[in-house]
Amino acid sequence: MQDITLIITDREGTTHTVQAPTDMNMNLMEVIKSYELAAEGTIGICGGMAMCASCQCYVESDNELPPMNDDEEAMLSEAFFVKENSRLGCQLFITEHLNGLQVTLAPEEH
Amino acid sequence: MIKTDILIIGAGPTGLFAVFEAGLLKLKCHLIDALPQPGGQCSEIYPKKPIYDIPGFPEVLAGELVNNLMEQIKPFQPGFTLGERAETIEKLEDGSFIVTTNKNTKHHASIVAIAGGLGSFEPRKPLIPNISEFEDKGVEYIIRDPEIYRNKRVVIAGGGDSALDWSIFLTNIASEVTLIHRRNEFRGALDSVEKVQELKKLGKINLITPAEVIGLRGLERVDGVVIQRGEDRLEETLDADHFIPLFGLSPKLGPIADWGLEIEKNAIKVDNSLDYQTNIPGIYAIGDVNTYPGKLKLILCGFHEATLMCQSAYQRIFPDKKYVMKYTTVGGIHGFDGSVKESPRVVVKSID
Repeated sequence: MQDITLIITDREGTTHTVQAPTDMNMNLMEVIKSYELAAEGTIGICGGMAMCASCQCYVESDNELPPMNDDEEAMLSEAFFVKENSRLGCQLFITEHLNGLQVTLAPEEH
Repeated sequence: MIKTDILIIGAGPTGLFAVFEAGLLKLKCHLIDALPQPGGQCSEIYPKKPIYDIPGFPEVLAGELVNNLMEQIKPFQPGFTLGERAETIEKLEDGSFIVTTNKNTKHHASIVAIAGGLGSFEPRKPLIPNISEFEDKGVEYIIRDPEIYRNKRVVIAGGGDSALDWSIFLTNIASEVTLIHRRNEFRGALDSVEKVQELKKLGKINLITPAEVIGLRGLERVDGVVIQRGEDRLEETLDADHFIPLFGLSPKLGPIADWGLEIEKNAIKVDNSLDYQTNIPGIYAIGDVNTYPGKLKLILCGFHEATLMCQSAYQRIFPDKKYVMKYTTVGGIHGFDGSVKESPRVVVKSID
């Protein structure tokens, strides 16, 4: 299987174009972690259970995304800095549908 | 002053298992945790979620794992300081330490083992511009004493179990209870949701959804909250004496970051070639809170780290004693409470 390209803007405003494998059962949060685009301990705090919002990002491209499940919807309804296009990175699995996806990381909660 | 051999900061799975390994070496442990119950993330964030990579357990719920660990360490009678956060550390001339919590509880120990995971859990504070001015002046993030709400008008915000449960509880104490949530669905236990529904029908809970608190009104203290309600986000102000935002907890490394320990990537650097000791001799860091080349934040790795830490702690406390590691199958478990567990003797009987 082929890698896909993701365009990720970090919390400092720098945009990174990265490759992500579609055959490693990875999600967007894990890709961001693996490229260290957000400091360790500030993203993926709950480990990917949709139980914190530390991997919240704003989706800026029109890729077709899987619908939100209840956990994600509930978490985003309690998260801060939420916008119309907010998603949790840990709930977006890397598939070919996500090729060319553009996201910006939401600010860190304090 | 609480005295112990090893003071463990953090009562998650790694900290709890350290009590067991220390107990085998006849070392006593005391644990401090900011949460009111032991178990760390396993109890606080995901008690009902399964874990599949604990050796020997094909599947175990996080909450069950904590219960099992508590049972396993029971013979070694660990002490607990719960609901308090370790704040400061002082190294005495003899090399021992005094750790003081935010509630001024003092602990004296030869060894400090930081098993703090991601840090201590602090309430998530909503982004309301003037909220910090009203903290403890009508704004509380944690309910410590429900009596302060007697005959008061209380506004609670949040959509999880704690928002639901406290709304229900306070209907018997407060004069008015308003529950505000950003959407119509709640994610608490089903019976809590149903109970709130019932109390709403009885007029005991004023439920406002979808809505959000966006401001606070008051001179010295809170006397009202500004909300935006409905799809068209109409603004209105509700009279209120207290605003209680219950948006869960998030972990922060906190005061430990100022203890002079070497920190890298929000974690404490340790010597993984030997004993998980930090740059300060006598202070160890085990489990998710530490980092070293190749570190994996897994419970099973924390167990291993705790085991090696205890061996090193023993040698530090008793530099002149020789110690040979004993298998529990051979040596059994001799609890500080006098209990003994050991493998049954093989029956020897001659055959005529």
